[in-house]
Amino acid sequence: MLPMLANAQIAVKAETIYTMEGAAISNGVILIRDGKIQQVGTAAQVNIPAGYEVHEAKVVTPGLVDGHSVVGLAGILNAPGDQDQLERSSPIQPDLRAIDAYNAREALVGYVRSQGVTTMHTGHGTGAIISGQTMVVKTVGENIEEVTLVPEKMLAMTLGTMTTSNFSSPGTRAKVIAMLRTELLKAQSYLKKMEDSDPAKHPARDLKMEALAKLLKGETKALITANTASDIQAALRLKEEFGFKLVLDGAAEAYNFIEEIKASGAEVTIHPTMARSSGDMQNMNMETAGKLAQAGIPVSLQSGFEAYVPKARVIRFEAAEAVKFGMDYNEALKSITINPAKILGLEARVGSIKAGKDADLVLYDGDPFEYLTNVCIVMINGKVVESQCN
Amino acid sequence: MKHKLLALGMACLLFGGTSLAQQNPKVFKGATIHTVSGDPIENGVLIVQNGKITAVGDAQTSIPSNAEVIDVSGKVILPGLVDTHTHLGEGSGGDGSSALNPDVRIYDAINARSDGFHRALAGGITTVNAMPGSGHLMSGQTVYLKMRDARTIDDLIVTNREGVFGGMKMANGTNPIRTMGPFPGTRAKSAAMARDLFVKAQDYKSKVERAGGDATKMPERNLQMEAMLEIMEGKRIVHFHTHRHDDIMTAIRLSQEFDFRLVLHHVSEAWKVAEEIAKAGVHASIIYLDSPGGKLEAVDLRPSNGRELEKYGANVAFHTDDGISDSRFFIRQAAFSVKEGMSKKAAIEALTIAGARMMDLDDRIGTLDNGKDADFIILSGDPFSVYTRVEQTWVEGQKRFDLANPEDRSFASGGYDVYRSNMHIHYHLEN
Repeated sequence: MLPMLANAQIAVKAETIYTMEGAAISNGVILIRDGKIQQVGTAAQVNIPAGYEVHEAKVVTPGLVDGHSVVGLAGILNAPGDQDQLERSSPIQPDLRAIDAYNAREALVGYVRSQGVTTMHTGHGTGAIISGQTMVVKTVGENIEEVTLVPEKMLAMTLGTMTTSNFSSPGTRAKVIAMLRTELLKAQSYLKKMEDSDPAKHPARDLKMEALAKLLKGETKALITANTASDIQAALRLKEEFGFKLVLDGAAEAYNFIEEIKASGAEVTIHPTMARSSGDMQNMNMETAGKLAQAGIPVSLQSGFEAYVPKARVIRFEAAEAVKFGMDYNEALKSITINPAKILGLEARVGSIKAGKDADLVLYDGDPFEYLTNVCIVMINGKVVESQCN
Repeated sequence: MKHKLLALGMACLLFGGTSLAQQNPKVFKGATIHTVSGDPIENGVLIVQNGKITAVGDAQTSIPSNAEVIDVSGKVILPGLVDTHTHLGEGSGGDGSSALNPDVRIYDAINARSDGFHRALAGGITTVNAMPGSGHLMSGQTVYLKMRDARTIDDLIVTNREGVFGGMKMANGTNPIRTMGPFPGTRAKSAAMARDLFVKAQDYKSKVERAGGDATKMPERNLQMEAMLEIMEGKRIVHFHTHRHDDIMTAIRLSQEFDFRLVLHHVSEAWKVAEEIAKAGVHASIIYLDSPGGKLEAVDLRPSNGRELEKYGANVAFHTDDGISDSRFFIRQAAFSVKEGMSKKAAIEALTIAGARMMDLDDRIGTLDNGKDADFIILSGDPFSVYTRVEQTWVEGQKRFDLANPEDRSFASGGYDVYRSNMHIHYHLEN
């Protein structure tokens, strides 16, 4: 048998390491072995073994985790054929799988990777009551099996005018909710029949119902894009009525419902700080991410979906602007690392720098949030995948 | 009722008239002042009066005894930012009836009270080129606006030294191509249609010249040709939307054939033909975006455009193309261009004087010099840092944005109902 040569053993020395596991480490060292983080600590605590390839940086963060994207289904050209994030044939399609549409070699995947994103929650986009499923990927690799961390993570749902503008019906906010409740009631009934001890009583297999049953059983989460006051409240009501796990997405007017959101236990992927304030986003406030964090709600940032130019957002820049608008620095870092990792149920593997976790790291030549700072090295699973400062 | 009317009248006397009356000079003292015309001045002094700059210099600058002195120690002052391409103001230009609309003025369509202008002010922008269009070979006449406190469009416009208050918007590449109506279906057809219009304009121009000032010999009035004549005479600058390297060269070729003054806009692939752009002596107004793509022509857009254009000596400015990018984030374009190797000096020029040149307004705005309009912004710190805030925006000596004012703070961050209404009433009682 040939020796495993793929993963060099690596040591990373940095002036500051934001581990996201307690305070930042000054003058620290990270050891990487076989794709995993072996040890992290101060230079005094960690000896670099002979033969380790050493990289140096001003600042190191965990590989960034994008809480909600459509990159890989939405492509760079914005032309028919590379926009697979929204199927308009019907407003409710929970059976659409992200794994059947994700293009691991899409140019935008490479672009967000070059900006430090190593894990991405991506899949079906906004614009339908249920547009389809989402998945979680690592941003390196050439085929779907290689990149997939979780093939079926959430069901993407959208309330409000982002959906009503795409269909003749639903044409109103209330109709969206009525149609969604009707479908969830059907799924409750399907699930009940499926749980019957007598297999003869099971209903015929239904892909839509299967996907919704997973949601009702808590195996997947509802990613509900709701931006206006009424839509946010409707999303919280749906969670209450059907008992599913809710990730409130976009949430432009969340600043008016901070207590309600907190009490509901919903998780939040907030809109990009620099999102366009139009349509249902008209009342968005760039201070919202900071306010939610201050209230103790673990906020995740997202790149979201862009219909035109720029075609992808860079979560590091969105977090940086959130800091400008009052978000605590450490909370902003959490919003693009450990917080989304937790929402995705992947906190044991990604989102912080800790022994045993995947060796996904970003090395910078300065403050990760500053305009003039470059991402110089990106590592995924202990391999250098980007090595040019940009 | 009577009392209310009386009170209103008093308010007009107190506040409405201040801009006309002789004002005491205001002195901004202690900031790092980027005059743009010279090196930055540490611990500088900027003096403004009656809408104009009356002095700018170091700490030794003499301060008039009647002056109001404002301590801005630790702050950074820049000239008011100039946005060479925006769609603020809710105006549109030509419609689908023609691909060439030189007669259509966005001047006739701007909502002077549009709350969108507060986005510009919150971003430190004091002068904009508001664009008609897009989607035509020629979408219509643009309009140059100062972000003054306005009741009507005429409170906003700024007339340049050529006597016009706008340019002409043109486009090529995929932008004007449509499958229906009187629109081109290919690039070559686009160029042919534009050339045909310019040939007609040349003919009109020679008729006007032959008339030699004799009104009886003048050709019949033609709104399209009158605007084209201003272009041919060099008074009205053409602002040309173009992305791909070959489309950039087509725009330059047209400008050389018909001898019109040209500003290239967007210029996504400028890095491929930066030397040619500089050699042609045309201006380049570029945009930085956080990612490439979104349309075929923007796939090769690079943040190094600023560096490459600077390297070959082209006059380069930035623009927001608001709502493509938000006016409140205009200043970041300079920082990201610096990250890619553009000099800090050129990057600040590209936010200010370079854009002023593209509107023939560089004699009035774009630098902080004695006699120029008192358009300036006060920043909390380094212009190239993400943590820096635009704290104040002044237009012709009037404070138009103040982050310390809660309502203005909302314009900076957004919030409930902040940008919902065009009827939004926003008073600035402190001048």
